[in-house]
Amino acid sequence: MSESSESFGLRRRDIVAAILAKRGDALVIGGLGSAAWDITAAGDSPLNFPLWGAMGGTVAIALGLAIAQPGRRVLALSGDGDLLMGIGSLATVAVQAPGNLAIVALDNERYGETGMQETATASGVDLTGIARACGFPIVATIREEAEFAAALPRIRGAAGPCFFTIKVRAEKLPLVLPPKDGTELKQRFRRALLGAS
Amino acid sequence: MSEATTWPDDIFRVLRAADIRQVAYVPDAGHTRLINLCRADKFIRAVGLTTEEEGVALLAGAWLGGQRGALLMQSSGVGNCINMLSLITQCRFPLLTLVTMRGQWGEFNPWQVPMGQNSGEQLRLAGTLVYPVDEAQRIGETVEQAARLAFEGGISVAVLIAQRIIGSKTFGKSEQ
Repeated sequence: MSESSESFGLRRRDIVAAILAKRGDALVIGGLGSAAWDITAAGDSPLNFPLWGAMGGTVAIALGLAIAQPGRRVLALSGDGDLLMGIGSLATVAVQAPGNLAIVALDNERYGETGMQETATASGVDLTGIARACGFPIVATIREEAEFAAALPRIRGAAGPCFFTIKVRAEKLPLVLPPKDGTELKQRFRRALLGAS
Repeated sequence: MSEATTWPDDIFRVLRAADIRQVAYVPDAGHTRLINLCRADKFIRAVGLTTEEEGVALLAGAWLGGQRGALLMQSSGVGNCINMLSLITQCRFPLLTLVTMRGQWGEFNPWQVPMGQNSGEQLRLAGTLVYPVDEAQRIGETVEQAARLAFEGGISVAVLIAQRIIGSKTFGKSEQ
């Protein structure tokens, strides 16, 4: 296609740090691989649920959570590879239409954990267009700093479901790993949210 | 046809009593009545899926948010779930799955046979406890015990409802 994603201006760690800097009481699902490391680099929290696997499941997990917790903002941050694998979930979300859910695609057009192979978005597949066609009321593709600054309040609070594709640079970054034990991740989340075990 | 037509109502009563709040499904003719009951109920959110593995992930999210759910599918959907069941076993999420079986009993479509004959074993290999039922009057109690196991124990439990109970459908496709 056109420009290689290795020269995109926006950097994923800056983007995620900015989104989570004023997260309030938002509940955050991080898709496997880079997005999970990104949310951890921004500051681990018991209200983060980073995925070490379950590829293709990020959006559906966030949907179940958003339905269960309609009063809380739910942010699903994930990569283009994960979102493509579970692309049907965008149809499922659009039908359920949870107003409290925002999905952020950190789209570097690469499978970042496996050798930076190109995903379909590198050949022009448009995740935002898919979300729009599914019926998401708020969608945008963001490439520039100013666009991101303008979108930030909507990511955090607009009545959705919202879908934002943020085109981010393809780059290898230091791993910042969350806890690996799934039961710990689950239990700490439920304790922080529900006060239950 | 069915040896008893009340078993979907039995399941529905059990799901309501177990405080199931999200019911995710890929339709099957055998689940039609239960799906309709769930869709009409104001306490249950019925979520139609594009593929069964979405439901596995959805109900993990529901549990994170404090709600219980149930996943409905036919046996051909089991294969779609296998990798996503890693999420359930690694995190010890509870999962209640109700599978209507195809490819077992007077099946007219041989393409249903590979999953219909093997889905129980595949679920077991993926860490799910499997309870086959082939008598309509036992379905309610089986789902009740499966729900208790799942939600009290943080375990993935599937109830396999035999095709003999559902009836082997023809291409005429009855509504229920």
